[in-house]
Amino acid sequence: MSSTSTVALDVEGLSVDIRTPAGTARAVDGVGFSVRSGQTLALLGESGCGKSMTAQAIVGLLDPVAHVSDGAVRLDGTDLLTLDRAARRRLAGPGISIVFQDALTALNPVQTVGAQLAEPFRIHRGLSRRAARKRAMELMERVGIPDAGARMSAYPHQFSGGMRQRLLIAMAVALDPSVLLADEPTTALDVTIQSQIMELLRELRAERDMAVVLITHDLAVVAEQADHVVVMYAGRVVEAGPVKEVFAEPRHPYTKGLLESMPERVGRGTGLQSIKGSPPDLHSIPGGCVYQDRCPMVRDRCRTERPRLTVVDAEAGSDHSAACHFSEELAHA
Amino acid sequence: MPTFVRRRIVSSAIPLVVVVLGVFCLARLTGDPAKLYLPLSATPEMRTEFLARNGFDRPVLSQLLDYLGNVFTFDFGESLRTGQSAAGMALRAFPATLQLAGTTMLLAIVGAIVIGSWAAYRPNSVADRIASLLSMTAGSMPDFWFAIMGVLIFAVTLGWLPTSGVVGGPEVWVLPVITLLIRPFGVLVQVVRGSMVTALSAPYVKVARSKGASEPRVVFGHALRNAAPPVLTVAGDLTVGLVNGAVVVETIFGWPGIGKLMIDSILQRDFAVLQAAVLVTAVTIFALNILIDLCHALLDARVRQVVPA
Ligand SMILES: Nc1ncnc2c1ncn2[C@@H]1O[C@H](COP(=O)(O)OP(=O)(O)OP(=O)(O)O)[C@@H](O)[C@H]1O
Ligand code: SF4
Ligand SMILES: [Mg+2]
Repeated sequence: MSSTSTVALDVEGLSVDIRTPAGTARAVDGVGFSVRSGQTLALLGESGCGKSMTAQAIVGLLDPVAHVSDGAVRLDGTDLLTLDRAARRRLAGPGISIVFQDALTALNPVQTVGAQLAEPFRIHRGLSRRAARKRAMELMERVGIPDAGARMSAYPHQFSGGMRQRLLIAMAVALDPSVLLADEPTTALDVTIQSQIMELLRELRAERDMAVVLITHDLAVVAEQADHVVVMYAGRVVEAGPVKEVFAEPRHPYTKGLLESMPERVGRGTGLQSIKGSPPDLHSIPGGCVYQDRCPMVRDRCRTERPRLTVVDAEAGSDHSAACHFSEELAHA
Repeated sequence: MPTFVRRRIVSSAIPLVVVVLGVFCLARLTGDPAKLYLPLSATPEMRTEFLARNGFDRPVLSQLLDYLGNVFTFDFGESLRTGQSAAGMALRAFPATLQLAGTTMLLAIVGAIVIGSWAAYRPNSVADRIASLLSMTAGSMPDFWFAIMGVLIFAVTLGWLPTSGVVGGPEVWVLPVITLLIRPFGVLVQVVRGSMVTALSAPYVKVARSKGASEPRVVFGHALRNAAPPVLTVAGDLTVGLVNGAVVVETIFGWPGIGKLMIDSILQRDFAVLQAAVLVTAVTIFALNILIDLCHALLDARVRQVVPA
């Protein structure tokens, strides 16, 4: 862990509200973390816990039903949330970019992949069609698409799932962003392809010194890919810290449950479905701790007082933190 | 020629063949073709002479072969009224119809893309609701009613616009075009809106924004082309409707196109001209369908892919 590298992305107290027919609900509640250049932070959590919302709020691409109600998103020190639309657009690509989950629908079906890959260069660098095309082709080669020259004028449906994901990644890293978010970039792919894509992301991160936020619900991916992990539950951060420390000694019952549900032999594609019960409905989040309904350690205090995310061991000098009143009971457990 | 074009030509040709044969049968099913072709005042001698001259006294099969030969050489005999070639009359009337339909559809499509995209950009906003309500009203307006009201108000009462004809300045276009425009425009706004709402919520739109694309680039560069196919299909059908429905509007406005020619030939029992006019229309609709399909293929590479039948 190089503490010499700079903090590229710093998220603080980020909250996102969504308007639904049943009323306004808080899908992301006070989420904060920071990522340094050249490092990977994993955002881990069950389906529906607000990982994608968090990522989309960071890049400013929330659906119209959702909006950021509070917080700060600092990219290389600048708070993106205070910028106007034009200024944010200028940073979309060269400053921060995102890779989406489903590469088939994320690519425009009626444009050639060459045109789509060239687009960042056309928009931000003002390159000519020809020059942008050349850069696009180099990019295609870089992400490992064979016969790039000939495939520039092919359409997305003519590529396999893995190749499409490579194209999406290529588009996202085209302008060397300081921060790259990857929202479950491999869930739609089979296991061998998954590890190839992860390998590519690792290479690109190292070679371009990017800060990567990797969204996943795969513990094995977190273990081998990330430096830091942020565990989310029902829109809140319940535990965060260096992956090694968190995995060796989880200090939140939820993280502990997740790790215990993982099979002995860590396999890919392990879902996070094995803890009893289900997360609370966003419209009726209980007062106190969000995890109370599923927590084996629940007590009266948990139902009335909301636990804050606090560093678990102030003396250790680590930023490992958990949001549980009784987290010290899990120490050395 | 690409396979999909060939296949489409074949399938579009079927209705054309039906029209060709239909016209042949119609002339004979009504009983005595001489009654159909000749004026009511014709003498029995004239009828016999007519039947013999046109081969109506010969076996049906050889008549059919002759007729098909005529269709291919585009020869339908002479007009009873004018003595000119029926095919020539139909061809001369046709550009007026095509110009009217073309102008109307061009305005309707461009207008619908602007208004429909604008409404779709913020679904359920006030602007969207207003656009939807107005386009729904426009889409269900009967055009002949509007034509008559238009003539009454603007031409007869106010005297601002001419009632009919193509002689004169651009003002002669105003009432016919507006009349024809209203319904297709209303329908198309709705189609564009629906199609654009879907396209604008697609993940690739988010990806385009994540690359820093401007909103016009997102809407017109990425979403519109994806939203185009249903618009194109409906616009094609509406154009066919305009060409077919030219009868009403051309009659009301005295527009010298194919529709007016048809009505005049029916009223004056000028069957040869009617026949030519019907076939010209049928061929146009056939060509239009092919054109629409080519546009679909141009817009989307997936259409061009040969799907095994
Ligand atoms: N357009 C929307 N309208 C209403 N609710 C939404 C919408 N999008 C997301 N939500 C809700 O917001 C919450 C967070 O969703 P989000 O997509 O961020 O979850 P996620 O952690 O990314 O899950 P997954 O792993 O399934 O992708 C969920 O409870 C979801 O139901
Ligand atoms: S605060 Fe209470 S309910 Fe929440 S995780 Fe800790 S022990 Fe469980
Ligand atoms: Mg998600």
